[in-house]
Amino acid sequence: MIIKGNGLQKYFPIKKGVFLQIAGYVKALEAVDFELSENETLGIVGESGCGKTTLGRCVTHIYEPTSGNLEYWDPDGQKYVIEKKIPKHMKKKYRKDMQMIFQDPFSSLDPRMTIGDILREPLDVHEMYSNPKERDEYIEYLLSRVGLYPEYAARYPHEFSGGQRQRISIARAIALKPRMVVCDEPTSALDVSVQSQIVNLLQELKDEANMAYFFISHDLDLVHHVSDRIMVMYLGSVMEEGNATEVFDETAHPYTQVLMKSIPHWDPKHRKLGTVHLEGEPPSPINPPKGCPFNTRCPKVMDKCKKEKPALVNVSDQHRVACWLYE
Amino acid sequence: MSIIDVKNLSTHFRTDDGIVKAVDGVSFELRENEILALVGESGCGKSVTVKTVMGLLKSPPAIINGSINYKGKELVGMSNKEYYKIRGGEIGMIFQEPMSAFDPLYRVGEQASEAVAMHSTLSKEAIKEKVISMFEKVGIPEAANRYAEYPHQMSGGMLQRMLIAITLACDPNVLIADEPTTALDVTIQAQVLNLMRELQKEFNTSIIFITHDLGVVAELADRIHVMYAGKIVEKANVVELFDNPKHPYTKGLLNSRLKRELKGQELPYIEGTVPRAFEFPKGCRFNPRCPHAMDICREKDPELTDLGKEHDCACWLYATGADSE
Repeated sequence: MIIKGNGLQKYFPIKKGVFLQIAGYVKALEAVDFELSENETLGIVGESGCGKTTLGRCVTHIYEPTSGNLEYWDPDGQKYVIEKKIPKHMKKKYRKDMQMIFQDPFSSLDPRMTIGDILREPLDVHEMYSNPKERDEYIEYLLSRVGLYPEYAARYPHEFSGGQRQRISIARAIALKPRMVVCDEPTSALDVSVQSQIVNLLQELKDEANMAYFFISHDLDLVHHVSDRIMVMYLGSVMEEGNATEVFDETAHPYTQVLMKSIPHWDPKHRKLGTVHLEGEPPSPINPPKGCPFNTRCPKVMDKCKKEKPALVNVSDQHRVACWLYE
Repeated sequence: MSIIDVKNLSTHFRTDDGIVKAVDGVSFELRENEILALVGESGCGKSVTVKTVMGLLKSPPAIINGSINYKGKELVGMSNKEYYKIRGGEIGMIFQEPMSAFDPLYRVGEQASEAVAMHSTLSKEAIKEKVISMFEKVGIPEAANRYAEYPHQMSGGMLQRMLIAITLACDPNVLIADEPTTALDVTIQAQVLNLMRELQKEFNTSIIFITHDLGVVAELADRIHVMYAGKIVEKANVVELFDNPKHPYTKGLLNSRLKRELKGQELPYIEGTVPRAFEFPKGCRFNPRCPHAMDICREKDPELTDLGKEHDCACWLYATGADSE
């Protein structure tokens, strides 16, 4: 086990008026639990606004969760509990182990730094190398490992295409030999033909360095491809989670079922989008509906769904769902 | 019968880095009541092609050559004044980002009515009624109340429906949709695609649909043209293209699909990246990435060759007499 989240919750205050009084909250994340072990990929899927990015950022502690805590095991098996703030003595250690790849390769690299500078910075901050020559050799190795030429170290980000930039982001993320990488939609800004290259690279690196991935994406097929386990989120809550193959083959939650049906099928002879019946749009996270968050759109809604929020229950050992149909 | 007949269209731009041949000798026709999909990756020239058809790119500063024939009228070189009658009225366009297609300072209803009024002789009240009934038709709840709201009060899916409503309220013969669902979530995308197909049948509109997503194309299109680096490399009807792709680029695109059976395995991919528009390679523009590249591919650009069954492909593998040259 590397990390475990208990009841992670994140509310963003909405401030209004001259005195910036708190007028309400955007309830981005509601009591989410998760766990992640070595060399495992946990896929997080959901539509925009479901809280998947907020969860990723709470895990890396870019955001402080409003409540809930993270349990973190260091390589020696020592357990630490991280509440709201990350303790000072932990900060460096934790951040070194948890790296992140961002969605947009055009805004996640500093345009004024050369690729060499970008890769050098984390190594210097964490004092990985005392010998500059060894450090520069390591940077060259990193670049060649992600499929770029070592000469690129002297160039600036604007000289590269989206796919190449994402390779640089990956090199930066793995530079410190982290134990876990949060990949926040790493391929959604890329062209189809480049997406596969990046996915292959991420898979190789994972097995090579025994890393764990926290893989966030809206693309169900992609999440299925890379993940060992999947969590499906809607409006800040987990609707269904479990073994990736099982969630896909024996989809339990009505929301996940609709999501699956909505993916275009690449088969012009069997068009199926006409069979999707899902009215309306996700409700606002400022005023989420009472009861099950999906009750406003659910085709199988019952009275109970509008009153009480269902908890996650087991449908098999490796598959849990939050829906009253399975209570 | 073709409504739009594009012949040998080129749109070039002068830049500091040289001449960018964004669209280079593209020919295609749009038939009545069909959905024609232009497919390709970013930078392949699909958006520039339709912007040229819409008259949104003008020469100068762009350098436009070739011919765009719309119902017997030549659109290349047409004056702005004449274009006003066609653009929006007879040829409508839906853009990729619904959030930026609306002016945030005006109510959505006013913006819709303004567009409809440009091409209609109806009274103000009648136009308002028409807009509201179109809003209802595209599935906007409480359309009359929504009429007086601002764009920021709507979701992306709702704005995209409104854009479709505005465009169709002008009764266009041709609808050009530039990645209309790319910015939307999958469940909303499914709703919008269904809506477009229903409306296309109801209004007998011909649609040019631009996308990079082959899954969307499979669901919606009748015919597909695949573009790469400013050229059309393959044309076929949708079933034929998915069953029997010919061009190595099309094959690569279709192969890069994530298949359930291949979970966790290495994915097939196309080597390299799309070349930048001012440094297209000599010969076939796909040759540096092509697994079948031959000597001739590096020398001469292949023409579109008819392979039968209305299937055209621009590749030396299928060109007759390729060996003799």
